[in-house]
Amino acid sequence: MITVDIGVRLGSFTLDAGFETPSNGVTALFGRSGSGKTTIVKSIAGLVRPDRGRIAVHERVLFDRDAGVNVPTARRNLGYVFQEGRLFPHMSVRRNLLYGRRDRGGHGPGLEETVTLLGLADLLDRLPSSLSGGERQRVAIGRALLAAPRLLLMDEPLASLDTERRAEILPYLAGLRRLRDIPIIYVSHQLDEILSLADWLVLVSDGRVAANGPVEQVASEWRLTPGLDRDETVVLACRVRDHDPEFHLTRLAWTGGDLWVAGIDAEPGREVRLGIRPRDITISLLGPEQTSALNVFPARITGFEPAGRAETDVLLSAGAAILRARVTRRSASALGLAADMQVHALIKASGIDVTVRHSG
Amino acid sequence: MIQGLTPLETEALVLSARVAGWSVLICLPAGIAVAWILARRRFPGMWLLDGIVHLPLVLPPVVVGYVLLVLLGRSGLIGGWLHTTFGVTLAFSWQGAAVAAAVMAFPLMVRAVRLSLETMDRGLEDAARTLGAGELRVWMTVTLPLCLPGILTGTILTFARSLGEFGATITFVSNIPGETRTLPLALYSVTQVPGDPVPAIRLALISVAVALLALVVSELMARRMSARLGAGP
Repeated sequence: MITVDIGVRLGSFTLDAGFETPSNGVTALFGRSGSGKTTIVKSIAGLVRPDRGRIAVHERVLFDRDAGVNVPTARRNLGYVFQEGRLFPHMSVRRNLLYGRRDRGGHGPGLEETVTLLGLADLLDRLPSSLSGGERQRVAIGRALLAAPRLLLMDEPLASLDTERRAEILPYLAGLRRLRDIPIIYVSHQLDEILSLADWLVLVSDGRVAANGPVEQVASEWRLTPGLDRDETVVLACRVRDHDPEFHLTRLAWTGGDLWVAGIDAEPGREVRLGIRPRDITISLLGPEQTSALNVFPARITGFEPAGRAETDVLLSAGAAILRARVTRRSASALGLAADMQVHALIKASGIDVTVRHSG
Repeated sequence: MIQGLTPLETEALVLSARVAGWSVLICLPAGIAVAWILARRRFPGMWLLDGIVHLPLVLPPVVVGYVLLVLLGRSGLIGGWLHTTFGVTLAFSWQGAAVAAAVMAFPLMVRAVRLSLETMDRGLEDAARTLGAGELRVWMTVTLPLCLPGILTGTILTFARSLGEFGATITFVSNIPGETRTLPLALYSVTQVPGDPVPAIRLALISVAVALLALVVSELMARRMSARLGAGP
């Protein structure tokens, strides 16, 4: 268990954050830039000293203002991957990698394994200035791993990279999930990174923790904070069932039934996450027969949330998930939609974003 | 005896090199320490330390020499103590000349090192800490190597400034042949004698040669260093 409950004042910005996350898997700190995510990770690392509160990792208290505990950064046994890599410019890649090497103590991979895991074999004798952005970031990740951390902190490790480089690194990050004994705290404001990597989601907004829980739960119960590109997208966890090569479709198994999406490249059994925008769900009182939509699910209306002057979001309970459908207020009125009504939710196959879940 | 130089020239050159060398040796540790304090620490009265360090840069050198004489002369506050406790006399000795040169060049060393301490990426020090490095290791493996260009610049400036020190030296340790008569003082002495201009010209050329050599060496070292640190960010 990782416990954080801290208050930090930095100029006019105040952070007051408390959350607990499981001590395995990937916890994502998600929120807009300036929301306080980085301050939280820096506090965990001891690079920022909170004004109040307590931080504990695996029962080990790293910081406790009241008890006067403040373990120096060097003795916190962490790995920290910075946004901009921060490789030592005067050392070769090899020396960078070995800088923090500690006695293994069963934590994390050794040099050879790390080099293989991150594809660094050809870079070992080079200087950081001769590396591309993506290569630097891989070295930075390797360096953090080799310090045998009990907790790996990653502060937007992909943010300084362009789309191609991000795509290059994401699989390596996913590879880290295999190292089950090292929990990861991953800071990002990119929903796709979080959907593909995280198990647990801590939503940070204006210096506060707005929500905290398993990714699907937080992402579906919560409108992701305004300003993030895909707000109100509902996230579902599914598993690939099979493919229909003729029409190039993929069938996914979901708690609400089978779901068809445009064909994806993932073998059956793979976990995927879906992002479904409210506009891609429509509501029908009729059964599935009279529609072109492939995905029709029985659902129960659980509530309404106004969305602008002309539209309203209908919250639907289907399977184990809450879906969100955006309809005009006029349609809602014409259909006589009301709470607890049984309806059908139609999801357009082409409106679904699929993220293949990276897992070991 | 150096080939082609008169005994007087050789004596002045060797003495100058020794004085400047010792001046650098005094300035290096002290200058790095003070630069670190000024760059990294915040405490009340910092402006005073900053001011005192920079004084030799703005005071007439003769004033600095006089202050040294008052403080470090055999009957001075510190000089008297040094004499009775260690039997060391700085006034009118080459050691005193080294101290005078060091005091005059000190601000140059501090400024050069401080600048590199202030402009280096301190995030790298944090990165080293997260990798388990204690403060001493951070300093030795990250801070110091990354400040080397600044330290090199400071060293060259200190050396050159010490070679040319005149006012404070002549006031504090006088102009004693073989003891405190460095290149500039020797040049000054020969210009005081009317007649043959050649000795003065020769001494001036020797000074130019030494200064140029120092510049070339520093440039070569700086290039090697920046190649090592990489041209990139």
